Amino acid sequence: MIAIIDYGVGNLFSLKSSFAKISEDAVVTSDRKIIAESDRIILPGVGAFEDAARKLHESGMDEAVYEEVEKGKPLMGICLGMQMLFDKSYEYGEHKGLGLIGGSVTALKGKIDPSLKIPHIGWNALSFRERKDELFKYVDEGDFVYFVHSFHAIDCDDAVIATSEYDINVTAAVRKENVMGCQFHPEKSGKTGLAILKAFCEI
Amino acid sequence: MIAKRIIPCLDVKNGRVVKGVNFEGLSDVSNPVTLAEYYSDCGADELVFYDITASFEGRALFTDILTETARNVFIPLTVGGGINTIEDFDRVLKCGADKVSVNSGALRNPSLISEAAKKYGDQCVVLSVDVKRVDGVFRVFAKGGRENTGREAISWIKQCVADGAGEIVVNSIDTDGVKKGFDLEMLDAVCNAVSVPVIASGGAGSAEDFVTLFKTLPKVDAGLAASIFHFGEVNIKDLKQKLSSEGINMRI
Repeated sequence: MIAIIDYGVGNLFSLKSSFAKISEDAVVTSDRKIIAESDRIILPGVGAFEDAARKLHESGMDEAVYEEVEKGKPLMGICLGMQMLFDKSYEYGEHKGLGLIGGSVTALKGKIDPSLKIPHIGWNALSFRERKDELFKYVDEGDFVYFVHSFHAIDCDDAVIATSEYDINVTAAVRKENVMGCQFHPEKSGKTGLAILKAFCEI
Repeated sequence: MIAKRIIPCLDVKNGRVVKGVNFEGLSDVSNPVTLAEYYSDCGADELVFYDITASFEGRALFTDILTETARNVFIPLTVGGGINTIEDFDRVLKCGADKVSVNSGALRNPSLISEAAKKYGDQCVVLSVDVKRVDGVFRVFAKGGRENTGREAISWIKQCVADGAGEIVVNSIDTDGVKKGFDLEMLDAVCNAVSVPVIASGGAGSAEDFVTLFKTLPKVDAGLAASIFHFGEVNIKDLKQKLSSEGINMRI
């Protein structure tokens, strides 16, 4: 069973539906017991970093995440959920993240060709590192996934497993052992996204 | 790089897709869920559901259909039609919509866009605007294009972007239904005025029209159409292959 952590941020309907589509049992929950019983965890997130990090802490879900990760349980952060895995974010100030992966989150603005639009929104192609991570075992280099974000992860080279080109190489996915993150939305990325979720369910 | 998007628009009334559709192998072509799945399989990059229901019952039916679609289709879903309040945003977002398109609602309630953008983020708020030339000036029309509001279109669009609209659907009444191509002059004017994504709507009659659109106006992010897709005049898969072979970055 997959626990999709509910800490009061965003709409989890599509995420839950996407697991149903690949015949995986998923529950949206903030119940520590259910999270402890789950096989894998999804940390979703949309909106502003500071607000989401605060809600994660206030709900006690940050502790749940630490505990389960410590046990070796696979965790995937999605979009802002991925950004929160890092040490810190510079989104409107400086905010502490979960620190599960080394690196930080900073604005795309000023880093890319000013004629390009921000947010980086739409379908962009994935490029993998030399050794393709098992998360991508059902997808190919150049397959498209759906992004919506204005901030991106940097100084996390050791953990990067995929990038997408938007003038610069934007961090698209990261992994450090059992902790994974996608900047894009697999639940909105058609067959490619579902294939990535399927691979996650087999890790 | 970001791919250009092809977006079919489904007008839904009392739970059924309006405008005749005729595809081989589709058992119920006016079922929005079936059609949405079909388009997604064909490579549509996004879907727009437009609720043109007037009745309360019809609206509830639309919400059910949206939920069912979001259970089965995993590409971005934009919903429009009858969006007048923040509660309307809530209602459709809960059912699986990713973006909400406002048109007349923003004209009637000038704070709708800023309130929605504050609550859900700019990326969630799409301004849809019906524009027609009147004595050489681009004017905003309301009520499905029947009523001239007198507002100058470019300044209206700029104001909405400043309020937090994260994307603009420009529907040219002048070219809509004519099937002789998108309104390049109007789209160029909008692209030069704002820095958010611009979606072209109204006028597509053939695959060639999309090639012309993206080649002439590289700043346009997406092309939207309804009847040419619904009637099978243009197949989305073939269209995207053609655009790709013309050197336009597409998700194939």
